[in-house]
Amino acid sequence: MGNKQTIFSAQQLDAYQSYVPFQRLFSRYRDLAPQLVPLDYTHQPDVKLPYELIGSMPELKDNPFRQRIAEVFSEDGEGNMTLDDFLDMFSVLSEMAPRDLKAYYAFKIYDFNNDDFICKLDLVKTLNKLTRNELTEDEVRMVCEKVMDEADMDNDGRLSLEDFQHVIVRAPEFLRYRHTPQ
Amino acid sequence: MNRTPVKEQGRGKERRRSTAKKLKPGTATGNVFGSTNSSQPQFHPCLLLDMCHYFKQPLCPCLSSEQESSEDGDKEGEGEDEEVEEEEEEVEKEVRPETLTPEELEKLKEAVDDKKKLIQALRGKPWPMKKKHSTLRESQEFLEKYEGALGKGKGRKLYAYKVMMNKKWMKFKRDFENFTTACIPWEMKIKEIESHFGSSVASYFIFLRWMYGINMILFDNIGTVPRAEETNAMDFAVLWDFGGYAQYSVLFYGYYNSQRAIGWLKFRMPLSYFLVGVGTVAYSYMVVIRKMARNANETGGGDENSFNFSWKTFTSWDYLIGNPETADNKFASITTSFKEAILEEQESRKDDNIHLTRFLRVLANFLVLCCLAGSGYLIYFVVRRSQKFALEGFENHTWWERNEVNMVMSLLGMFCPMLFDVISALENYHPRVALQWQLGRIFALFLGNLYTFIIALMDEINLKRKEEDVVQFNMTMWEASLHNNTADNSTAPPLFTHPADVPRGPCWETMVGQEFVRLIISDTMTTYITLLIGDFLRAVLVRFLNYCWCWDLEAGFPSYSEFDVSGNVLGLIFNQGMIWMGAFYAPCLPALNVLRLHVSMYLQCWAVMCCNVPQERVFKASGSNNFYMAMLLVILFLSTLPAIYTIVTIPPSFDCGPFSGKARMFDVIQETLESDFPAWISKVFSYAANPGLVLPFMLLMVLAIYYLQSTSKSYKEANVELKKKLQMVN
Repeated sequence: MGNKQTIFSAQQLDAYQSYVPFQRLFSRYRDLAPQLVPLDYTHQPDVKLPYELIGSMPELKDNPFRQRIAEVFSEDGEGNMTLDDFLDMFSVLSEMAPRDLKAYYAFKIYDFNNDDFICKLDLVKTLNKLTRNELTEDEVRMVCEKVMDEADMDNDGRLSLEDFQHVIVRAPEFLRYRHTPQ
Repeated sequence: MNRTPVKEQGRGKERRRSTAKKLKPGTATGNVFGSTNSSQPQFHPCLLLDMCHYFKQPLCPCLSSEQESSEDGDKEGEGEDEEVEEEEEEVEKEVRPETLTPEELEKLKEAVDDKKKLIQALRGKPWPMKKKHSTLRESQEFLEKYEGALGKGKGRKLYAYKVMMNKKWMKFKRDFENFTTACIPWEMKIKEIESHFGSSVASYFIFLRWMYGINMILFDNIGTVPRAEETNAMDFAVLWDFGGYAQYSVLFYGYYNSQRAIGWLKFRMPLSYFLVGVGTVAYSYMVVIRKMARNANETGGGDENSFNFSWKTFTSWDYLIGNPETADNKFASITTSFKEAILEEQESRKDDNIHLTRFLRVLANFLVLCCLAGSGYLIYFVVRRSQKFALEGFENHTWWERNEVNMVMSLLGMFCPMLFDVISALENYHPRVALQWQLGRIFALFLGNLYTFIIALMDEINLKRKEEDVVQFNMTMWEASLHNNTADNSTAPPLFTHPADVPRGPCWETMVGQEFVRLIISDTMTTYITLLIGDFLRAVLVRFLNYCWCWDLEAGFPSYSEFDVSGNVLGLIFNQGMIWMGAFYAPCLPALNVLRLHVSMYLQCWAVMCCNVPQERVFKASGSNNFYMAMLLVILFLSTLPAIYTIVTIPPSFDCGPFSGKARMFDVIQETLESDFPAWISKVFSYAANPGLVLPFMLLMVLAIYYLQSTSKSYKEANVELKKKLQMVN
């Protein structure tokens, strides 16, 4: 912040700074690959950071869904992110983003095959990522059936965005119960 | 759908303020949908970004123009959450209000409002950045052109200030909550255990911590009885037997003398001792019952099971975790939580052969009864034998024979629960229900033990009292002889006898206190040794012998031990019962217990993490807490019974303790009433104690209880109905 001469046009800065604390994020982005990212952005350079670099950031490194997160926010759907994508991602993940926005993106994250529905296969993958494959196949199958039972309102065997939002809206905002996992 | 109004979500200045902090350990963490307040540390600043540099930047360039648009630009700046760095050099068409008709003015106002709303809502729209940029740019241009024409309101600065203060207050509240959570002792340890072993094991440690708190308070209570003199030197070697000086020290009942008033405070020693005893018991009852009521409330209210699995799947990952160890713990706890939920689900789906199950259960109960009868007889036999030994004099017997009763009780306590465990495999209950049965049976076992111990004690008390009579008789003889000697010199100064020369009578109360302390200490030792041998040694053997053994020690027999929740909980409860029983006669007991609990906490936390494996079937402990409390209450009641019996029936020793010389201990209250209070109070009390008044009062209480119970039942039913309605609506 301040020790590098970053060059952006006034309009660019003006546009970005509504949503994200720009300078900070830009320097994080640049630090991932200083040789790829130029300091001068006035000509909209087409720079994409590969997924491996994004996935190694400390915020995402331990997250079981990091690959999906990168894929959802990247333009090409492969996880390679431009600066815009990067800023998008952090603006949604930040505490300040409204809940509905987060719900929308969460739906996309859990939708592994990108068909705008969360089907059983997506659920199985989600569960395995969440428990690092510790549950047996039977248990996984049982949980997925239960989730479908609970959440599928229109009974089509898969969860649409409305079903998903319906469930999430009722989730306890603050997990204050005694025996909550950490 | 509840859309949180975007204007509260970080507009301009407020967002700058609220995010200008670095998170410290113990602060908010969050799932992807919002923050949660857990005490889990690990976070770093990136996701909550430091924006205070924004404050230094100039606001929207419209401000620099000198019209009313300066204020509008202010609001615009807030609505758009931004500062623009450079001045835009746009030629603004100056639209004056006078040039517009009222209708056009209205329309313009609406359009401006729409644009403003759009800008505010832009944050929440799931559009990619580019689209957001272009929309923003258009709206901004529109606003710049036309809003100047309308001259919007004042007070926006005030509003912004208010919102900023609000954010500050939320931040303060959050920090304070995090601080108080961090202050709870052992919270981190317990959370770690919970994530690896599940909530039932963690509930034991939470219970242990709660007991520790109670004992601290009891200890403080008893400490308020003032000590007028320093304690005598305690010879540690003799301490084991609690003979010698310790006998006369502050730790025991016998120390407190029966002087009515001490020092300038005219502190009523006997009365205070008595009242402290009563107060301790009353406090304990109150605390246990209050906790039960609170537990009942909690479980009654928070029973949201409608989306259990969905929430676990979609919202359990904590998106703010940035540390691999924390992530490991989190994975473990998520897996455990899933397993618990799966177990609940499976149990609720089971249906099997009713008749076979019933037969097996009856058989199991029969076997258990046989065990209990057997152990009862064994204890009775052993106690009889030790009474015989006592009559013959203890010196003639070996160490085993002397301590036979204690040893047998401890051994039974170790092996019978294991036997019960094996028998309960026949019954095929849900693990939580099986735990409760197990607890109930072990409870019956320990009850037998305890009452045998008390009967043995009563015998000893009687012995001591006989001794006392003898000593008293001797003393009168001795005094008489003294007076005879000095009868000649009537003018001689009064005879001083050194206090140590005066023969002291045996003090049965102190003896009782000693017995209790001995029992508790031997119990503690047994527990720790069992822990070390049973868990630690076993784990070490399995681990290292595995390299050179024919079968896989870890998978087969004996493998690592599981944490025995029921046994440990019961041990804790019975320990507390003994403390309550003995606290009247040995005021040091709560202090001893505080020490013991402190050590136990650390030792057991370490042992659990190091030598135990999680149970095969992990279940949720939610219902069990009130069960533990109920048992505690029963034990409290049962342990105050003997103390009350002795207070009421047995006369105190004649020369030791605060009540010496009286016919009964509670006479002290009578005396106080008669001598220190005005006459009318004792009249009131005598009326109040009249059976004619007491019986109707008790009847009234019974009626009140019945009424309250029926109202609560009807409320519960209404509750269930309403919940059903809610679900149907949704």
